[in-house]
Amino acid sequence: MKKNNKWLIIVMAIIGITHIFPFYLLITTSFKPMDDPSSKWALPSFSYLDNFKNAWEQANLGQAFFNNIIITALSIILVIVIGAFASYPLARYKTRLNKFMYLLFISALIVPPLTILVPLYKFIVDIGGMNSYWSIILLHVTFNLPMTIFLFTGFISSIPVELDEAAMMDGMSRFGLFFRIIMPLLKPITATATILAGVNVWNDYQFSVFFLQSPEMKTMTVSLSSFFSQYTNNIGWVAAGSLLSALPIIILYLFLQKYFVSGLSSGAVKG
Amino acid sequence: MEEKLSTNDSNLKITAKKKYALKKRRSMGSPVWLNLMYVPALLLFCVFIFYPFFNGIKISFTNWDGYSQAFSWVGIENYKRMLDDPNIGTVIKNTLIYGVGSTLFQNLIGLFYAILLNQSIKARGIVRTIVYLPAIISPLIMGYIWYFFFQFDGGALNDIILLFQDKPLNLLANPELNVWIITFVNTFQFIGIAMVIYLAGLQSIPADFYEAAELDGASASKKFRYITLPMLMPSITINVVLNLIGGLKLFDVIVALTNGGPGYASQSLSTMMYKIYFASQDAGYASALGNLTFVLISLISITALIYLRKKEIA
Repeated sequence: MKKNNKWLIIVMAIIGITHIFPFYLLITTSFKPMDDPSSKWALPSFSYLDNFKNAWEQANLGQAFFNNIIITALSIILVIVIGAFASYPLARYKTRLNKFMYLLFISALIVPPLTILVPLYKFIVDIGGMNSYWSIILLHVTFNLPMTIFLFTGFISSIPVELDEAAMMDGMSRFGLFFRIIMPLLKPITATATILAGVNVWNDYQFSVFFLQSPEMKTMTVSLSSFFSQYTNNIGWVAAGSLLSALPIIILYLFLQKYFVSGLSSGAVKG
Repeated sequence: MEEKLSTNDSNLKITAKKKYALKKRRSMGSPVWLNLMYVPALLLFCVFIFYPFFNGIKISFTNWDGYSQAFSWVGIENYKRMLDDPNIGTVIKNTLIYGVGSTLFQNLIGLFYAILLNQSIKARGIVRTIVYLPAIISPLIMGYIWYFFFQFDGGALNDIILLFQDKPLNLLANPELNVWIITFVNTFQFIGIAMVIYLAGLQSIPADFYEAAELDGASASKKFRYITLPMLMPSITINVVLNLIGGLKLFDVIVALTNGGPGYASQSLSTMMYKIYFASQDAGYASALGNLTFVLISLISITALIYLRKKEIA
């Protein structure tokens, strides 16, 4: 048994190292000047911070960071409110119409947004939504709704109907029932859905690169990619920029790990 | 006394009425006005998914260039062009490798990790945290990180290779290999999610199943084959379908690592469509490619879903 244990620990150590070393490379690369001849494997002195300074200024990451925060925060609020609202009738009143609606919402999960890129792009140009907060936010909300509705509908279905009945016996209206009885119970699933949508929106590249092209509207990923094609040789800047844009979410992950894991794996909640 | 009785009576009547009303309401299903609550979501879907989707079918039958007002109908010309496109074979093959390859590796390795990390060992929490970490990073940034590893000039891998031979390898420009490198990076990023889903599945298997099998003298491999695998079928279904969709629509990682090159060697349907739309201004053809991608992804993932669901019941 003990011998077994030793092998297990060795295998686990190998797995751990395999999965952490890319981040190690990211850190060493971002702390080295361009003319540093040493290998990426070698530890840097951590005193050279010009990469961060240059990336922040050249790629306009300050503005991009601000855009990311605005877009992510508003998208999350909207997707949660609209998603929770939509899920209530879908979970509680399973008429034929509502069952169909539920399927309609969920089926959008298999429509990769990229496949409708051409008409979507045309549409956004037509309605004057290029380079604007509202259009990218509405897009994020729409494409994050299927998963949100899936999560909320599943959760509301698991709340006993007797609770609704008791409240209605006391003369509460169905809307009142939703706001006063159901909403307060939704906290755990709201945390899960928030993180899932939040990570999707914060990390998004596919939408942002199409619809946010003017310099002052770019998000972190879009700034980084145009920065990368411009300074392919200056890996240090790209590494520093990548580290800066991933850091907030890594820190959040380390503190709220439980919610991240349940959020991103939520496909497993219910088949 | 009589008065009291009658009020009681009316009270009884009222509750009976209420109960009847409640029953009626329940049997009649939802009052229509409550359905107003999903109207905002439905509106967003119609505007940003259904309308563009049908418009995309329309555009695919035109020669629209993507910006001018003028276009003419060309029938199924764009779909015919696909058949003659010298690159389409490579691109579809790559898309399938990204989809099926990532699915295979993510599930095999994810299941292996889950079984390993299900053992009661102190360090498993840390290892789980680390394996899961890449899943929260933007795929574009994940691509850049691996670019630092694989890049020709000063890449971390080449630093090791140079210890054994004097020439560095340009792996990302190797059209045979870079498709697999991209598949590897996508796998690496999302193994954590597969692992967590399998861990949840493993923990839901009742311990008495194994105890009973042990009493019957079942070997470890038999226990895996006849208890673990069948009980994990729901997790397998979820993982396979999620990974298929994720891999088949891969975009960010390809952009970060090779940008589809050299030539079309590592292009997927998504990146090819992007290129044809924005670089060649060929919106009609790009739209046709988008529709092909949609059909391909839904066909494969729905087939996999139906097939695996059937196995779950058996």
